[in-house]
Amino acid sequence: MAEGLKKLFWKAVHKTLQGYYQGTKKGVAEISIHETRRLLQRGEKIILLDVREQDELALGHLKDSVFVPRAHLPEKAETLLPDKDIPIVVYCAAGVRSLLAVKTLKEMGYHQVLSMKEGFDGWKAAGYEIASDSELTPDQLTRYSRHLLLKEVGVEGQSRLLKGKVLLVGAGGLGCPTGLYLAAAGVGTLGIIDSDRVDLTNLQRQILHGTSDVGRPKTESARDAIERINPDVKVITYQERLTADNALRIFADYDIIIDGSDNFPTKYLVNDAAFFTGKPYVYGGVFQFEGQATVFSPGEGGPCLRCIFPEPPPPGLVPS
Amino acid sequence: MGIEIRIPSPLKKLAGEQDIIKAEGKTVGEALCWLTETYPGLKERLRDEQGKIRGFVTIYVNNEDIRSIQNLETPLKEGDRLSIVPAIAGGYR
Repeated sequence: MAEGLKKLFWKAVHKTLQGYYQGTKKGVAEISIHETRRLLQRGEKIILLDVREQDELALGHLKDSVFVPRAHLPEKAETLLPDKDIPIVVYCAAGVRSLLAVKTLKEMGYHQVLSMKEGFDGWKAAGYEIASDSELTPDQLTRYSRHLLLKEVGVEGQSRLLKGKVLLVGAGGLGCPTGLYLAAAGVGTLGIIDSDRVDLTNLQRQILHGTSDVGRPKTESARDAIERINPDVKVITYQERLTADNALRIFADYDIIIDGSDNFPTKYLVNDAAFFTGKPYVYGGVFQFEGQATVFSPGEGGPCLRCIFPEPPPPGLVPS
Repeated sequence: MGIEIRIPSPLKKLAGEQDIIKAEGKTVGEALCWLTETYPGLKERLRDEQGKIRGFVTIYVNNEDIRSIQNLETPLKEGDRLSIVPAIAGGYR
């Protein structure tokens, strides 16, 4: 660009920025997310300063931002932002901390500092482009944000969930709520094995299935429900009964086996196949108002089902 | 010793619809004898022909499996809770 045009552009930017000094909030100038975006799209030379805390950054940020948590500005700003004349747009989550940050920076001698009014949350809500250093896409950063905010989960935990493979034995009274929550949480692969079809009497509790699914194979109905909740989840269905012939082969592909079956022969088969393939096995059983749940992981030194209940009851002796 | 026996749901109707029964016994074996004599319907469910506890039933005193204490010889003290936990398999129908 010719020198003359460049000067004109700078003048225009300064004028825009100065215009914002007129509309101040307690003496601090603000800029909207829309105007910020326009400046960036025009290629204006501005610094984006993100003053949020470290654990908020997992949710994403504006591309090419400088990161200094607000409380660290007095000691770090001058190192990271040596030029006190370049315009700086400061943002936080909602536009409140950035106001305080702007005040601090002005006291330090920065001349052109603006607070982005609606904050990062407003930027994302408007659908504007965000960047992320994590393995998660921007869409996933939003979908799983309530996980990411928990220090016990975070991006690393969510990435592990997305790589996880869980097999549900049975898509009935126990398999359905389990499948729903695992799908929502973002477990990357869910296998479902069930040879049955949906019956009207199932609908009172088997919540993956709906009225229009009556008569359909449970595997298909379950897959449709899961895909509606979370397209991140890959569903693999086995419309067959689990047997000694197929169990070892099927279990090999999964990390964890969840037993929602309703009969003892299957429970002991699941236990044995999980034992031989070295997979932890989540056991559940219900009778009216009483339930049992535990995790058997003999691979980690614990008992298996046969250690607790060495033999199944003969048919008819215990209701199921 | 005055203790409580917890009856699991699948066996309640054989124990007069009670889920907690006050019982007496110096050991687990004595308490279970008393239980199955008082409620004979439970005898077949809990013990086999040789009188041993069936393999699909576990017995706990407070929170300990009796197999990790002294099985039927496990002593009981006043206020102990003896829980009968059978395998249950419903989850589907």
